[in-house]
Amino acid sequence: MKRVQFEHSPIPYLFIAPQIIIIVIFFLWPAAQAIYQSFLLEDAFGLSSQFVWFRNYTDTIFSDAWLQAAGFTLVFSALVTFLSLALALLLAVKANEVIQGASTYKTLLMWAYAIAPPVAGLMGNLMFNPLIGDLYAFMNTIGFDFDHKLDSVDAGFVVVLISVWKQVSVNFIFFLSGLQGIPKSVTEAATMDCKSSFRRFWTITFPLLAPTTFFLMVINITYAFFETFGIIDTTTQGAPGGATNTLVYKVFQDGFRGADIGGSSAQSVVLMVMVLALTVIQFRFIEKKVHY
Amino acid sequence: MSGVTLNSVRKTYPNGAEAIRGVDMQINSGELIVFVGPSGCGKSTLLRMVAGLESISDGQIKIGDRVINDVSPSERDVAMVFQNYALYPHMSVRGNMSYGLKNRKMPKDEIERRVNEAAAMLKIDQFLDRQPNQLSGGQRQRVAMGRAIVRNPQVFLFDEPLSNLDAKLRVQMRIEIKKLQRRMDVTSIYVTHDQTEAMTLADRLAVINEGRIEQMGAPMELYSDPKTLFVASFIGAPQINLLPVRYDGTQLSNGSLAFTGFADLPQDTDLVLGVRPDMLRHDPEGQFELRVDLVEQHGGENLVYGALLGARDAEGDDLEICLKGPQDLLPEMETVLRLGFDPSAAFVFRKDTGERLL
Repeated sequence: MKRVQFEHSPIPYLFIAPQIIIIVIFFLWPAAQAIYQSFLLEDAFGLSSQFVWFRNYTDTIFSDAWLQAAGFTLVFSALVTFLSLALALLLAVKANEVIQGASTYKTLLMWAYAIAPPVAGLMGNLMFNPLIGDLYAFMNTIGFDFDHKLDSVDAGFVVVLISVWKQVSVNFIFFLSGLQGIPKSVTEAATMDCKSSFRRFWTITFPLLAPTTFFLMVINITYAFFETFGIIDTTTQGAPGGATNTLVYKVFQDGFRGADIGGSSAQSVVLMVMVLALTVIQFRFIEKKVHY
Repeated sequence: MSGVTLNSVRKTYPNGAEAIRGVDMQINSGELIVFVGPSGCGKSTLLRMVAGLESISDGQIKIGDRVINDVSPSERDVAMVFQNYALYPHMSVRGNMSYGLKNRKMPKDEIERRVNEAAAMLKIDQFLDRQPNQLSGGQRQRVAMGRAIVRNPQVFLFDEPLSNLDAKLRVQMRIEIKKLQRRMDVTSIYVTHDQTEAMTLADRLAVINEGRIEQMGAPMELYSDPKTLFVASFIGAPQINLLPVRYDGTQLSNGSLAFTGFADLPQDTDLVLGVRPDMLRHDPEGQFELRVDLVEQHGGENLVYGALLGARDAEGDDLEICLKGPQDLLPEMETVLRLGFDPSAAFVFRKDTGERLL
């Protein structure tokens, strides 16, 4: 059989060119640079460099500081993802039930979406300022010996709190629209089939929200891994003693503060592989359980 | 089995809108009642109040002897079939049908038995492990029915269950619903805006208009003895011909047309003469003439539409009427047919109140 041949026009390629150019300049090229740099050892002034094979990798990955940052990143990401999803879901379910003044309520909940992470960090910094911070004072008044400058758990608490607060509004918007996408008659049919609203939520509403939840989970993990950089940089800057260093923040610190270009490149390559693996896992294993 | 009683039931929304303005009704055990009316008349609201999906502002709803005003929907012992099926998309057909039973802590083997029985009854047993999105509209409708049947409730509620189906399937399912309801002998309330569906399904019909029951009775009773203009115009397809007329003591007149054979009617008010298309007949001695605009051939019968010569409607335009005739009644366009009818079979209504006088 003869294949149908269509005239090829260059126009479609022209249309996707801007996007391709952006991807090449801002992703592929830096990624290639990072991989190349990760095999080099460079002196602090960038005057000479030497090819060292995998030494940058072994040096960084087996260092205590990197393992600590990796551990913190995992705990931090898990906490931020879980808490911001759970809170947003709770708020969305409640907001969906509100009839009077619903739009005001929703607008107020969405507001934090407009705030950039570094600004959220700055605000958090003020609130946890030992001299004028209300939250700092509050935590100490209710009996905690709270000092995020000294205590690593307290510092973790601060960055998690700010990151979650910043992210809840995004998740809220998606959950709310997800909830509104559930046909009213399905909810009503469930009301007639099941008395307990708690059980109804877990057997009907939550499974129907699964696509939204899955999408948000991917977005939130990425957020926790990368975008919280701004929050950490404006609050703890990895202190105390690197306890709140995420992997991304450590790449920045080692590369730009420590002038260890090779080491930080190796770390960012490892990070890239980790995120790639994580995404594959998410789509392979979790997406299968999602009903679209 | 038990009936349903509605005692001066009202529904007022917080913004003051009245959806249901005092409905009294006694539905006998095992009866199939159809609520019919134009959209927005409150028929679905009333059904949803029985289901528990809308609160009852005033009055009382009883199933058997139990007042259910404040009983949660799942404990009213009613099952509902929704217009768009409302199947749980993430559950298999079996899951959909057993969900309500599982929540009632019914033993597994009993659930299994009931689901299989209902599935066999509805001929969906080979689809039990499919997801709803793998089924056709008619099959989904059956699953929705199955979900109601397995509950073995005291009352079935149907909210326009066939309006998403194509015409052929609709007729088929209509017959099946009727048979099923007869066999199971469960009190049922069925909401529709389709008057054919209403006429054919109902043991008794309730014509609802603006939140009130206009008339309730057996389908043929409503057809042949409508109490109001609204009921007469709503029941019957094709629709009844309505002619605005005045009475002068001896005859009903509209423009140059006059109809004799009517007596004892008020002379000081506008009246409406109602003549069903099948009451009109082609008659060379008839009282009036029709200029033919259109003939619809329905197979067994023809519907002839045209303007009534000499008469004007309320806006002063030609008065369009419809005549139902045999299949050999095939007049050319623009020809004039002479028509007649039996005055004793026609209805006369007051225009202002809609009340029937004759």
